[in-house]
Amino acid sequence: MDREWFRMTAHELADAFRNGDTTAEAVAEEHLARIEKIDPQVQAYVDVWQESALDAARDADARIRAGTATPLTGVPMSLKDLLCSTEGTTTCCSHILDGYRSPYDATVVERLREAGAVVLGKVNMDEFAMGSSTENSARQTTRNPWNLKCVPGGSSGGSAASVAADEAVYSLGSDTGGSIRQPASCCGCVGMKPTYGRVSRYGLVAFASSLDQIGPFTKDVRDCALVLNAICGHDKRDTTSANLAVPDFTQALTGDVSGLRIGLPKEYYTDALGGDVRDRVETAIDILKDRGATPVEVSLPHTEYAVAVYYIICTAEASANLARFDGVRYGQRAANVKDVRELYHQTKSAGFGLEVQRRIMLGTYVLSSGYYDAYYLKAQKARSLIAQDFTKAFEHCDVIVTPTTPTPAFRIGEKIDDPLQMYLSDLFTISTNLAALPAISVPCGLTTEQLPAGLQVIGRPFDETAVLRTAYAYEQHRGFDWGRPPLG
Amino acid sequence: MNYEAVIGMEVHVELNTRSKVFCGCSTNFHAPPNTNVCPVCLGMPGTLPVLNRQAVEFSVAVGLALDCSISRWSKMDRKNYFYPDLAKNYQISQYDLPLSFDGAINIIVGGETKRIGITRAHLEEDTARNTHTLGGGDSGVDFNRSGVPLLEIVSEPDIRSGAEAYAYLTALKQILQYLGVSDCNMEEGSLRAEANISIRPVGQEAFGVKTEVKNVASFSGTQKAIEYEIARQRQILENGGAITQETRGWDADRGITVSQRSKESAHDYRYFPEPDLAPIVVDTAWEEQIRAGLPELPQVRRARFEEAFGLSPYDAGVLTASREMADYFEAVVEAKAPPKQAANWIMGDVQALLTYRELDIADCPLAPVELAAMIGLIENGTISGKIAKDILPELMDTGKSAQDLIEEKGLVQISDADELVTVAREVIAANPGPAADYRAGKAKALGFLVGQLMKATKGKANPKLANEILARELGSSED
Ligand SMILES: [Zn+2]
Repeated sequence: MDREWFRMTAHELADAFRNGDTTAEAVAEEHLARIEKIDPQVQAYVDVWQESALDAARDADARIRAGTATPLTGVPMSLKDLLCSTEGTTTCCSHILDGYRSPYDATVVERLREAGAVVLGKVNMDEFAMGSSTENSARQTTRNPWNLKCVPGGSSGGSAASVAADEAVYSLGSDTGGSIRQPASCCGCVGMKPTYGRVSRYGLVAFASSLDQIGPFTKDVRDCALVLNAICGHDKRDTTSANLAVPDFTQALTGDVSGLRIGLPKEYYTDALGGDVRDRVETAIDILKDRGATPVEVSLPHTEYAVAVYYIICTAEASANLARFDGVRYGQRAANVKDVRELYHQTKSAGFGLEVQRRIMLGTYVLSSGYYDAYYLKAQKARSLIAQDFTKAFEHCDVIVTPTTPTPAFRIGEKIDDPLQMYLSDLFTISTNLAALPAISVPCGLTTEQLPAGLQVIGRPFDETAVLRTAYAYEQHRGFDWGRPPLG
Repeated sequence: MNYEAVIGMEVHVELNTRSKVFCGCSTNFHAPPNTNVCPVCLGMPGTLPVLNRQAVEFSVAVGLALDCSISRWSKMDRKNYFYPDLAKNYQISQYDLPLSFDGAINIIVGGETKRIGITRAHLEEDTARNTHTLGGGDSGVDFNRSGVPLLEIVSEPDIRSGAEAYAYLTALKQILQYLGVSDCNMEEGSLRAEANISIRPVGQEAFGVKTEVKNVASFSGTQKAIEYEIARQRQILENGGAITQETRGWDADRGITVSQRSKESAHDYRYFPEPDLAPIVVDTAWEEQIRAGLPELPQVRRARFEEAFGLSPYDAGVLTASREMADYFEAVVEAKAPPKQAANWIMGDVQALLTYRELDIADCPLAPVELAAMIGLIENGTISGKIAKDILPELMDTGKSAQDLIEEKGLVQISDADELVTVAREVIAANPGPAADYRAGKAKALGFLVGQLMKATKGKANPKLANEILARELGSSED
């Protein structure tokens, strides 16, 4: 073997396929071999689709030969286990959905199949996307490819780890409060949450419906644009998806940021921000400045309320979204119960993990009569204020640049017994979900502990183009050898 | 002490849209169990609702017909509770911003018109149906009904008696059927009524403790349940007791209400805005478009029938009871039948024949033009009313025209005076006794002789002419 194709990006593979340097089938086989070799250490995959992946690869080769390939045709990828697929299982890494097979494909899965994608399988996540470390999975503990003693971040930890460990060229995850950007930052890959409404949520098992958004994990910004091109756009099955024209996102990849105003929110750059991460981010800002961008200080005064607001809204919505998992129609059902009340009680107690139960209880509480006004209603008002902060800030800048996370990946087990500490790892990502904005995390170097740090770029609603333009320019000019995780 | 009842009604009506309110499945819930279902109405993970535009239009049409204000901006909410017939364990409904609000309906009780306020009408999804085997073995859920659009219409507590509740339900059903938005079939559950009932001393403003009566299968059952409940509450209060706030079911067999659930176990539904659906915006243009499509409503039509056709209030009421009936009547009048005669025929013989054949006026095999033609033949003296009555069943069943039928049967009325004079003379000759009686001043005897003449002509004689000729013949032969 001359080259390790599994190290390649999607756009590099597309060139190789077009030039006849390799085939989709060969690349799929290589990835499956890579998974077999590396995944026992990383534990990203919960379900590998050996046969259907090779079938899809052969179909892709036919398309490539026929000249009808798209940029993603024949490129192997992975799916977070909460995206519904008729192939394999869709379990949200919860016992309550053990063995559950979806009767339909999510809209994004349909669109990827139309593009000729090769789906390698489903990857790990925090149960029902609740968590920031993937430790809340009912399946397994996924490791950070950069340091197997560390978490990959979460909730889409399996997606991030599969891409960082070269077990997939790209992956689709979901981001409710940072669940794409935070693990992308922890694992050193590109992760993007598009504007709420940019990608159809049909077939994404809901955690918090007003915050959830599907997005890609990729090895570089160009691939991110290519995946967005394939999955964005209105879907009549999701009336919250925006009926807006989708630009060709690769047009943003100019490398030019001259004249771009970069907002730096003073509430994010506080003394609490860790030394190493701060240093990497400031270096990144200097690079953008050298390329002609102008940093401006902006203020997001309601930032301090974001975490509280987020945990009220997301738990309230989750308490209703997860009510359907009751053992009546699908999934696991408790046996030997005497009535329907006991059926609910025992099914849910046995099927849901502790974090999920905690959030259902919190959400039920904040919606209860007598508490609704004090919690849910107040949180909705504060959410509007947080969104207004961004609107005002964007009067002075074109994008906002922050660290993705305050600290790099932490050790497995370090925060699992301290939910509040865990919740704070999403400090810098949560506000963009509340304000429904697009945001990307792009790697910005390694800390002294040899763990990746991420640069977050946030844009105006539906201005993914400005986000990609900034991230791409930085990526082109960051001037360091990114290296690879110390895996085989 | 004198008490008065305070009653508010909550009516759930299934809208007869072609597809369900949040998915493309058919609303036909008579299909075999779980055949009109899809991932959305089964509440499968990852699915999202898509609001049916027709269901919104039907709801707005009902709101307009009930004289409601229409919300420019409303939204759907989640109503959370656990039950196996609820696919998602929350029902998508409307909480604080219903599609329409502040309306009224006029009812007529004992000849008096009374206005009953409508608090609101909101859109929601119906639930599935649970079935249990006898003896408590297995339970099954049929999701065909899950997601059928449901409109909940809530009245103000303006109703004071079971009879008023009956009139309210009848008037509401009539309007819904005029709009064509629901089958309103109580037995099949496409219309369900609940009554909130309390009583208070006459003159007192504050409401008493209320009970809610559910599971009544008919309007008359509702009236009886309310009357029973008023009497029950009065007895408790008169004996110094207190009313318990609770839900009570109507036991039609025993004619009593039975306690089902007390307030202590009442649900906290934890309503919150449905994040999967955008707000519903009904702008003035859309509202006006729906208003323009409204049919003439029953009370307006009834008044017009009295005015334009000179019908009695009773006849106008019967003929406007359903839109189909009123349409039929107007079609007959349109075909040149005199309104009063058309009314009598439709309300009398036509209705009787339909009832016998278990047919609705909408399915009447006798075309309005044919009925008008038959009435025309009576009017111009071609046939008698008696002949018309006789041939009506055949007219209805064969689809022939009245003209063809009477010609075929030789039933054309004998209006030829010469022919009738001959028969009259024969009748007088054959009945000397009655003839003598008549001549002796017993006017009644003429009726018998006319009857004999009709018999001799097999009913074909023009009755008016027969009378005249007989009277003349009896007079002249005396000379
Ligand atoms: Zn359906």
